[in-house]
Amino acid sequence: MSALVQLVGVSKTFGDAAAVHAVNLSVERGRTTVLIGPSGCGKSTLLRLIIGLLEPDTGEIQFDGTQLRPDKIDIVRHRVGYVIQEGGLFPHLTARGNILLMARHLGRAENEMRARLAELCALTRFPENLLDRYPLELSGGQRQRVSLMRALMLSPELLLLDEPLGALDPLVRAALQKDLKEIFARLRQTALLVTHDLAEAAYLGDEIVLMNEGRIVQQGSLNDLQQNPASNFVSEFINAQRGLALT
Amino acid sequence: MKIVCVYLFRFVFFFLLAASAFAGDRLVVIGSKKFTESYVLGEIAKRSLSEAGISIEHRQGMGGTIILWEALRSGQIDLYPEYTGTITQEILKRTDQLTFEQIASELGKAEVGMTQPLGFNNTYALVMLRSRAQKLGLRTVSDLRDHPELKFGLTHEFLDRQDGWRPLTQHYQLNPQSVVGIDHALGYAALANGSIDVKDAYSTDAKISEYDLVVLEDDQNFFPQYEAVFLFRNALPKSTIDSLRKLEGTIDEAKIIRLNAEAEHTKNYTRAASLYFRPDTGSIRQRTDSPWRTTTFGEGFPHKLVRWTLRHLELAGFSLLLSVLVGIPLGVWASRGGAIGHVILGFASVVQTIPSLALLALLVPLPFFGISVRTAIAALFLYGLLPIVRNTATGLQDIPRALRESAIALGLSPAARLWQIHLPMASRSILGGIKTSAVINVGTATLAALIGAGGLGEPILSGLNLNDHATILQGAIPAAVLALLVQWLFDLLDRVLIPKGLRL
Repeated sequence: MSALVQLVGVSKTFGDAAAVHAVNLSVERGRTTVLIGPSGCGKSTLLRLIIGLLEPDTGEIQFDGTQLRPDKIDIVRHRVGYVIQEGGLFPHLTARGNILLMARHLGRAENEMRARLAELCALTRFPENLLDRYPLELSGGQRQRVSLMRALMLSPELLLLDEPLGALDPLVRAALQKDLKEIFARLRQTALLVTHDLAEAAYLGDEIVLMNEGRIVQQGSLNDLQQNPASNFVSEFINAQRGLALT
Repeated sequence: MKIVCVYLFRFVFFFLLAASAFAGDRLVVIGSKKFTESYVLGEIAKRSLSEAGISIEHRQGMGGTIILWEALRSGQIDLYPEYTGTITQEILKRTDQLTFEQIASELGKAEVGMTQPLGFNNTYALVMLRSRAQKLGLRTVSDLRDHPELKFGLTHEFLDRQDGWRPLTQHYQLNPQSVVGIDHALGYAALANGSIDVKDAYSTDAKISEYDLVVLEDDQNFFPQYEAVFLFRNALPKSTIDSLRKLEGTIDEAKIIRLNAEAEHTKNYTRAASLYFRPDTGSIRQRTDSPWRTTTFGEGFPHKLVRWTLRHLELAGFSLLLSVLVGIPLGVWASRGGAIGHVILGFASVVQTIPSLALLALLVPLPFFGISVRTAIAALFLYGLLPIVRNTATGLQDIPRALRESAIALGLSPAARLWQIHLPMASRSILGGIKTSAVINVGTATLAALIGAGGLGEPILSGLNLNDHATILQGAIPAAVLALLVQWLFDLLDRVLIPKGLRL
């Protein structure tokens, strides 16, 4: 299996935000890659570089074998779904309006969209009768399900999730983690997920990428990271999260 | 989208309505300044020319000397009443005294003609209560020299004028102990109750007979001559000029004082002017009982109110439409920040700081504008711009970054982002700006009457000139009601135009 996304020597520095330095990363098809690390380590920056919200200072990003170019970025964006922590739903549109926004913009057929919407509601366990509600009339968990449907609407090859469950309370979060894992498996979805929670990373990720201060520190399974830590930081990071989980 | 189309259609319809109002027949247009005597003279000319079979429009109370002069020169009006002293000083900008023939030849260079004097001299004068003057034995201005204890209450304009107070004291070597500045209308009351002894006045002021005052004779010929004349465009047909010239030498001081008094009492200039055409002026003190009553020459109050209100709405509505069409794109541009954004917001703010009167005065001399509805709409449009530009810009800038980026990350085109995401999300702020502009415009549109553009400012202006509160309220109350209605209408519009998801 080849990599869907390939970052080669990508650097981005700016003001006081999280920079990245000479990052090399492959996102493999059909697998869930999880970016993890402390706040400000640059993991969200990598996602924003891939979706073209930022442009790298040096290095290159390839999507499906072609280098990202600013003038062609919208075509790539139509093949990528993007979910952020607060959901990023537009408050003036209903759940349905948010989900169908892009499909309508691209002029997709009405019956095709209706079928896809029903499919997504079933997939994400979202009650169809809530589709005409506005984001403010939905709970946090429901909003993230809508956000996920919006990202999946065009059957994207890549799903980018930036701490999608970060703002949810623990019970809702656990339910959504379970649902996400099922969805990824059913769709054989290529996904790149950012989290700072090691348990979530271990549960959802086929591959864990640990970052610190803008660099990738170690990459592998949770087992690799535990057994063969590449540096003191890796052990500290893992032990800190485990310690919390056990007490 | 459908709703937007409906509104757009209505606006376009309104545009066409308003545009058709601009195109009128070419009549002979009489102008007048904003004070009673000028209105009355205008009405006399109107009736006189009408009786000669000429179609006439009288634009009452258009403003001051320079506005009328520019309007005459540019052909927006054809004639208006003026005074020789004013022509010398304010139009020809001369400090020396000119003869009547010199004035006429100077005006001829601007293709403007002047009638012979109408028969009265409305100059500045010093006036006193008749009883007080008699007791002190005062008859002339020179006599004041022996009474430095007399208290002078003078208008601020007279205190400042080149032919006013300071040169007068030098000329007559007066040395009074007490001189205060006082409002013209209040000055008469001050004379009556003895808090001042001498004040300045126009020699044909209706108040002279009302308060039983005497004019102190200008025995050393200090005050310039202010002979009333009509100025007219030489381009007028000879028959029209001949009809106008029939008024020469037909109005003496006593007569004009009577007509002015009648106009101030009845608030009806047409009626006052009609006295000119009636040699026996027996029943001039008969007053109209109510402003609602229809008189022979005037139109009824309800009819006038409708006319004022429609014109007011035309002025405010059309200018608002322009402000919206220009303001929103400018606001979108300004929201992107940078140098251009600052320039746009800065420009809109600067316009807002120009006093509305000054803005009108700046626009009037420009070729396209002049004394017209266009000028009023242009000024209102500029005033309405800032709230819309600023609210559009801030509304757009207030959209959270996460949502902005979500729209980009979805792959929406810039146009789709603007129309489907940014503008709807900023709609509350934008509509708020439009509402502010609308209310400001309805209020400021009252100033349009200053340049003869009509509207509810017309009665307000007449009322101010006549110091008549009832007339002021005829315009002020409807204007206030209109502002409230506009506010209410926009509150309704909020519910239609702001997406439901933003109102939760």
